[in-house]
Amino acid sequence: MRSEKKIKSVSYAKWGYIFILPFFLTYAVFSVIPLVDTIRNSFFEYYYSGLKAIGPNWVGLANYAELLSADLPKYAWNTFVMWILGFVPQIVVALVLASWFTDARLKIRGKQFFKVVIYLPNLIMASAFAMLFFALFSNSGPVNNILLSMGVVGEAIRFMESTFGARTLVALMNFLMWFGNTTIMLMAAIMGINPSVFEAAELDGCTHLQKFFKITLPQIKPLLTYTLITSLIGGLQMFDVPQILTGGQGSPDRTTMTLIMYLNNHLQAKNYGMAGALSVFLFIISGILCWIVFRMNTDPDPDGSKFAAKRARKGGRAS
Amino acid sequence: MKNKKINGRSILAHAVLIILAFMCLFFFYILIINATRSHAQLQLGFSALPGSSLITNFLNVINDPAIPILKGIQNSLIVSGCCAAIVTYFSALTAYGIYAYNFKLKNAAFTFIMAILVMPTQVTALGFLRLITNMGMDDSLLPLIIPSVASPAVFYFMHSYMQSSLPKELIEAARIDGSGEFGTFNRIVMPIMKPAIAVQAIFTFVGSWNNYFIPALVITSKSKQTLPIMIATLRGADYMNFDMGKIYMMITIAIVPIIIIYLLLSKFIVEGVTLGGVKE
Repeated sequence: MRSEKKIKSVSYAKWGYIFILPFFLTYAVFSVIPLVDTIRNSFFEYYYSGLKAIGPNWVGLANYAELLSADLPKYAWNTFVMWILGFVPQIVVALVLASWFTDARLKIRGKQFFKVVIYLPNLIMASAFAMLFFALFSNSGPVNNILLSMGVVGEAIRFMESTFGARTLVALMNFLMWFGNTTIMLMAAIMGINPSVFEAAELDGCTHLQKFFKITLPQIKPLLTYTLITSLIGGLQMFDVPQILTGGQGSPDRTTMTLIMYLNNHLQAKNYGMAGALSVFLFIISGILCWIVFRMNTDPDPDGSKFAAKRARKGGRAS
Repeated sequence: MKNKKINGRSILAHAVLIILAFMCLFFFYILIINATRSHAQLQLGFSALPGSSLITNFLNVINDPAIPILKGIQNSLIVSGCCAAIVTYFSALTAYGIYAYNFKLKNAAFTFIMAILVMPTQVTALGFLRLITNMGMDDSLLPLIIPSVASPAVFYFMHSYMQSSLPKELIEAARIDGSGEFGTFNRIVMPIMKPAIAVQAIFTFVGSWNNYFIPALVITSKSKQTLPIMIATLRGADYMNFDMGKIYMMITIAIVPIIIIYLLLSKFIVEGVTLGGVKE
């Protein structure tokens, strides 16, 4: 028994610690220890040449320098481009669908059917989905067959042999897989808004757009943030789809190679030093994203007016 | 005038929904059609009508010793099911601990979880692999399940949900009625959290079912492979020599169990979503 300060009234504080203990214990063992180990490895030359281990030899920041001078910026850019190409349509479509689905005046037929259908692609294992797209969009695959037989194109489109084609395919898959999920999440949030707010707005003669921008959007801001968080996590972790679609090559010319595919290559090759340094880079990028999202989440200044005022003051000019 | 405007929106909404639904279903339609056709038929080009090789393709896949797909389904079900149960229970437990109690480190704990919210597991993959090798847990399903006790994003969702749907008076009332702290959580809080749990259980199950990166690094023996690893082997070097009917059939088999589970639980989601709106 630990000696604790006894309080006269019943204190439930210890239950708080008991309830959060499993989380923090698990996190410490399976994330903090590995993180420390990962960072430590990043400073060593440590890889396998065949079965023979080279190192670990202390090399300081050499792994980092090698990464930066090599392909890291390129792969970071690839990942970002493919994420944004999928995310923008995803969030726009999801917002529109969610507000339609929850609009009591807009009677959508087969609402249940549509909800089930748009969520369906999210259930499909990403690797199976990528394998399916690989088969469907191959040069002699069904999509080209259909386009040829309909006379839309004169000869087969080589989807996966152009940078734009391959990246768009990856983004299309990401969009299809996630817009239904996002729609359902946002719907839950919109339905959580007190209906009397909408009723009052309608009585005051609000238009649909006004209701959407002045009530729905501000009210679901917490869940929008959550959606952005999950999508950012997903985007940075983008791996399965391009990995399977390009067979791990990131073809054409490594323009669909993502950061995690790069990490995977180092891990498979047991190059601990380089994998460690790359992980630390990813950790830093994640940290920055995390900070942005954390700020957004607790931002008391959503329209940026205070920030603008602060800037103006800093510049020594009162606006 | 007003009616006309509503009609216009209604037509637009239905048109957009039909296009999106078509996009979602079209690829799976081709998949299922192609799964019923033999390799020779597939080589002839696309046909909108199903072929006659459904059973042949199915038997070819089931009986392929190189890809033990039934074992793969079993492994995937174990991992995803355990993850969904563990993630929802422990995330709710953690969220409840921080939501319902006042203790010194409460704000620190909450801020910490918020700070690691966006942290991908891949960042620590290197250390994680070395750790589980040292613990003797490499090539086992356990390291794919246990770490899910700590799922910051699900915690955040549960915590937000509690703030909107779990009145603290209810906890007080349970205490006055003599309910123990764990009992209150299990018998009163968990049922209230059901909508959030249903949504998160499905997302977690799907996420775990889809998960390819970590399992592919952890699992080395064939009998422990999960489905995504098996699907990935299809993309191997001799893709062009592979029986295409078999490939489509394997993809079909890989997605059917999860569609069945989804159809069973989709009611849960919708119900939960509407339940979440009832308050005060």
